[in-house]
Amino acid sequence: MEWALLLQLVLNGLIVGALYGVVAMSFVLIYKASQVVNFAQGEFMLIGAWVCWWLLTKWQLPFWIGFPVCLAFMTIFGVIVQVVVLRPLIGEPVISVIMATVGLSIFFQALMKWMFGVFAQPFPPIFPAERLSLFGLQIQSVYLLSLALSAVIMLGFWWFFTFSKHGLAMRATAFDQQVAQSLGVSVPKVFAMSWAISAVVSAVAGVVVGVVSGVSSGLSFYGIKVFPAVILGGLDSIVGGMLGGLIVGVLENLAQYVDAQWLNWGNMTNIAPFYALVLILLIKPYGLFGTKNIERV
Amino acid sequence: MQEVILAVEGVSLRFGGVRALTDVSFEVRRGEVFSIIGPNGAGKTSMVNCISGRYRPTEGRISFDGQDITRLPPSRRAPLGIGRTFQNLALFGHMTVLDNIMVGRHHLLKSGFLRGMVYWLGGAQTEEIAHRREVEDIIDFLEIQHIRKEPAGTLSYGLRKRVELARAIALKPRLILLDEPMAGMNLEEKEDMARFILELNQEWGMTVLMIEHDMGVVMDISSRVMVLDFGKKIADGTPDEVLAHPQVRRAYLGEDLDESVEAAA
Repeated sequence: MEWALLLQLVLNGLIVGALYGVVAMSFVLIYKASQVVNFAQGEFMLIGAWVCWWLLTKWQLPFWIGFPVCLAFMTIFGVIVQVVVLRPLIGEPVISVIMATVGLSIFFQALMKWMFGVFAQPFPPIFPAERLSLFGLQIQSVYLLSLALSAVIMLGFWWFFTFSKHGLAMRATAFDQQVAQSLGVSVPKVFAMSWAISAVVSAVAGVVVGVVSGVSSGLSFYGIKVFPAVILGGLDSIVGGMLGGLIVGVLENLAQYVDAQWLNWGNMTNIAPFYALVLILLIKPYGLFGTKNIERV
Repeated sequence: MQEVILAVEGVSLRFGGVRALTDVSFEVRRGEVFSIIGPNGAGKTSMVNCISGRYRPTEGRISFDGQDITRLPPSRRAPLGIGRTFQNLALFGHMTVLDNIMVGRHHLLKSGFLRGMVYWLGGAQTEEIAHRREVEDIIDFLEIQHIRKEPAGTLSYGLRKRVELARAIALKPRLILLDEPMAGMNLEEKEDMARFILELNQEWGMTVLMIEHDMGVVMDISSRVMVLDFGKKIADGTPDEVLAHPQVRRAYLGEDLDESVEAAA
C-alpha cells in the first residue's frame, strides 16, 4: 500500500469535491427558491469559464479585473435566463420546466462550441508557482485557491441565509410563496436573485476547473456529477449539497485507487458515486439531509 | 362617521363557471373591527383573498386609503399597510419564531445586500436594533417570549396561531385581515385571542377585518358585521341589526328551513 498516494488521492478528492459541492449548492439554491431542477447548471460553469477565458486572453485583462467582470456578467446572465425562459413557465407542469432547462443546456453547449470552438483552451498562467508542496504532498496552487474560494462561498451562503433580509425572504419563499407575498416579499425578485447567485457561484467553480485543466465543453460534465452530490445530500439542503459534493469527490478518487491497485476494471472513477448513491438512497430515501415529506391522511 | 379605510365596490369573482362572489360592495371604516360571516362556501375567504391580492376580482374595484389596489400584486400591498393571517396555518415551520416574525418586517428592512455586507460600517446595526426592539414589543404583547427561539413547526396549535398573528403585526399594517383567527381553539385560547384582537384594535390602532365562525365572539367584539351567502352580500350593519335581519336568520341560522319543516308537518 502506498500511503502517500492514498493521502494524495483523498486530498484531491476533497478539493474536487469542494468544487462539486459549490456547484451542488448553487443547484440546490435554484431548486429551493423556485422548485426548478436546473439541468443547465454545468453549462453555467462552462459559460463562466469561457467568458473569463475570453476576457483574459482576447482582452488581455489581468485576472483580478477579468474575474470580477466575468462574475458581473454572470449575474446579469442569470437574471436574464430566469426572466426570459423560466418566468413564463411559472405554474406550468414540472416536466415542461425540466425540458426547458434541458433545452437551455443543449443550446448553450452548442453556442459555446460555435463561439469558442471545440478544442480545450488553456488559461493564461495566473499564479507564479504552478505547484506547492504541503507536508510532502503536491498541490496545484489553483486548487488551494479553489479550496479557499469554496470556503468563502460556503460562509457567504451561511451568512446570506441566516442574517440578510433577502436570504430570509428566500427561505420564506421556498416554504410558501403565497405567504411570503402577503408579507411583502416579491417572489419574482427572489427567483431572479436565486438564479443570479447560482450562475455566479457556478461560474466561480467553472473558472477554477478551467484554470486547472483548460476550458472545453467537457467541463459541463460537472453539471452531471452534481446530481449524485445533490441527491445524496437531499435535494433541498444546501449543507447537504456541500457534503454530498465532498463525498462524491472523495469516493471518485478512492474508487480510482482501489481500481488501480486491485481490480483493474477501469473507469471506476465515474461509476462509484452512482453506486454509493443507490446504496444511500436505499437506506435514506430523502437523502442525508433532505426534508421528509410525510403526508398525514 | 369615521373615515373609510377600505372600500370594496361591486366585486365579482368567477372561476370559470363558478361564481365565488357576485357584486359585493362594502366599506370598512378606520379603527373598527369588521367581521365577515356566512355559511361554509359563502365566499368569505375569497373576499379576503381579493383584498390581500391573492385573487384578482373579475369585476369591481377595491381601494385602500383612497388608492385603487385592484390590480396591485400582493407583495406591493404589504408595504401599503395590509397584513393578513391564513385560515390554514401558514408558518415557516423550520424557522424559529423570531425568524418568522422577522420575515414580516421584510419591507421595513431597508438595508440591501451591499449595505448588509458592510454591516459594521453602515447603519445596518442601528437599524437592526430598532427592528429587534419592535419585534420584542410584539412578542411581549402576544405573550410568546418563552418560545421565541423554538422552530415554529414544533409549537401547539394555539401558539402557532399566535405566532402567525405576530408575523402579520410585524408588517405594521394599518388594516389586518384575519381569516378565522380562532378556528379550532379551546375556550381559553379563544378568550386570549379575542383580547389580543381588541387590544390590537384599541391600543395599536389597527383596523381589523375578520372572518370568524364563532358567533359569540363575532357579536362581542365586532363594530360591524357583513353577511355573505352564496357569494352575495345579504346584510351588513351592527351585530344587533344583522342578527335581526330576516334573510340572515334564514341563511345563517336556517330558521326558514325549520319553519317550512314545521309547516309541512
